[in-house]
Amino acid sequence: MSMPRRLGTALLVAGALTAALAGCAAGTPGAAGTASSTGAGASGTPKLSGAITVFAAASLKSTFTQLAGDFEAKNPGTKITLNFAGSSDLVTQITQGAPADVFASADTKNMTKLTDAKLIDGAPANFATNVLEIAVPPSNPASIGSFADLAKPGVKLVVCAPQVPCGAATETVEKATGTTLAPVSEESSVTDVLGKVTSGEADAGLVYVTDVKTAGDKVRGIPFAESDQAVNTYPIATVGTSQNKELAAAFIATVTGSEGKKVLSDAGFGTP
Amino acid sequence: MNRRSGTGYTGIPPWIYAIAAAGAVFVLLPLVAMVAKVNWPQFIPLITSESSLTALGLSLRTSTASTAACIVLGVPLALVLARSPFPGQRLLRAFVLLPLVLPPVVGGIALLYTFGRQGLLGKSLELAGIQIAFSTTAVVLAQTFVALPFLVVSLEGALRTAGNKYEAVAATLGARPSTVLRRVTIPLVLPGLAAGAVLSFARSLGEFGATLTFAGSLQGVTRTLPLEIYLQRETDADAAVALSLLLVAVAVAVVGLSYRRPRIGVAPEGAFR
Repeated sequence: MSMPRRLGTALLVAGALTAALAGCAAGTPGAAGTASSTGAGASGTPKLSGAITVFAAASLKSTFTQLAGDFEAKNPGTKITLNFAGSSDLVTQITQGAPADVFASADTKNMTKLTDAKLIDGAPANFATNVLEIAVPPSNPASIGSFADLAKPGVKLVVCAPQVPCGAATETVEKATGTTLAPVSEESSVTDVLGKVTSGEADAGLVYVTDVKTAGDKVRGIPFAESDQAVNTYPIATVGTSQNKELAAAFIATVTGSEGKKVLSDAGFGTP
Repeated sequence: MNRRSGTGYTGIPPWIYAIAAAGAVFVLLPLVAMVAKVNWPQFIPLITSESSLTALGLSLRTSTASTAACIVLGVPLALVLARSPFPGQRLLRAFVLLPLVLPPVVGGIALLYTFGRQGLLGKSLELAGIQIAFSTTAVVLAQTFVALPFLVVSLEGALRTAGNKYEAVAATLGARPSTVLRRVTIPLVLPGLAAGAVLSFARSLGEFGATLTFAGSLQGVTRTLPLEIYLQRETDADAAVALSLLLVAVAVAVVGLSYRRPRIGVAPEGAFR
């Protein structure tokens, strides 16, 4: 085989991959289109403008995307860029100087890391809570009905590792109920746990109530009373280095206000 | 054995050295930055903790197993691709090399739908009493999947460079194909095979995405060193950095050891030592 031919194949594969990636990227900025239609709303409030970047926990993806879109629609001329990742990743990024204006964490522990480092403006506001729920494949192959069922022998249970917030919550519930779980895998993120359940690899997983809602009919959620032993609180705050604290405060007010409460509770979050 | 010419002329214009130096710095600087970040007083306790040693042991065992699997599957593949033209060969090569350009997570998803419980082969395997998901076998499968192209590419290159004169001569002297393969072809490309095996081992050692997606993460069973680093990073940055350095050291040791000898495209007399 000649060299140019081989190069051609390689370029073809590379080209296809690039096209696929570009397709993904083009899907996101849908909020911009809706902005103009409802733009006339806010006339009494002081005029907000400029752009901010919001760093939010991965579990807030759907709710914050909606809230940011609504906010931009109500306040023409504003732009909210969202960055979703695990809370501890976001803390690392902000500590290393990433340009964030607002930080919304999935637990108080990670927010405390930033307040301790004097990187937060004022006191964080708690805006949502989340509790664990059992997620099983729709057919519930291991007939799970309660938290105690998870400890049955032969159940392929997947949980979060104790190092991440959902795993810490799992450990707390375990201790409070005196149950010893024997998971087949301890994942690094709640989405990995959910993935193992939706793909049918695991019989059950411990995830957040909101994750079960997001997954739709791909999993069945089984709430359990013991989950109130470990309630995760979500705080939000303005980052100290923000260049547009007015806009940051306005967005936080939306999240903590009635509009935010509605969107969050629709997604399964509790109120603190 | 050193085939470099003795004239001292390299044919490299001086400015190439400047750019080459920049390239070297680009690769080395992040490593230096990491070494600078290591908490040295705590280094030994961090890398000798039970979870670290378990992860390292698992990584070395699974990488060895997947390198063996790569040799078993990759040598015949490389021979077929290099020596016998057949229809669709170009396409086969493109597909065999696909894991090189595929994000490992995609590989993990593909493996899941093949060997997973609900997968293409998974159901039959489960009936046969074999459960791959969440087992060490799953880790080896993930590593083999991503590392196989490295062996195939190295060996195919070596086979093409070596040519088939000696094989043809052996055949005219009455050697059967299997004998030619064992006595002529394999010894001839042994350095290329070794280089490919080392690259496969190094790639297996660093495998992360496919393992995370396909095998899960449990101490001593599926949590290899890269997964342990990823997890430690959540809570203990010092431990993550120390383990990263350990992984780099192991990789450098493996690759360094193998590149001390002349490799692909070596003169035939070297192969017949």
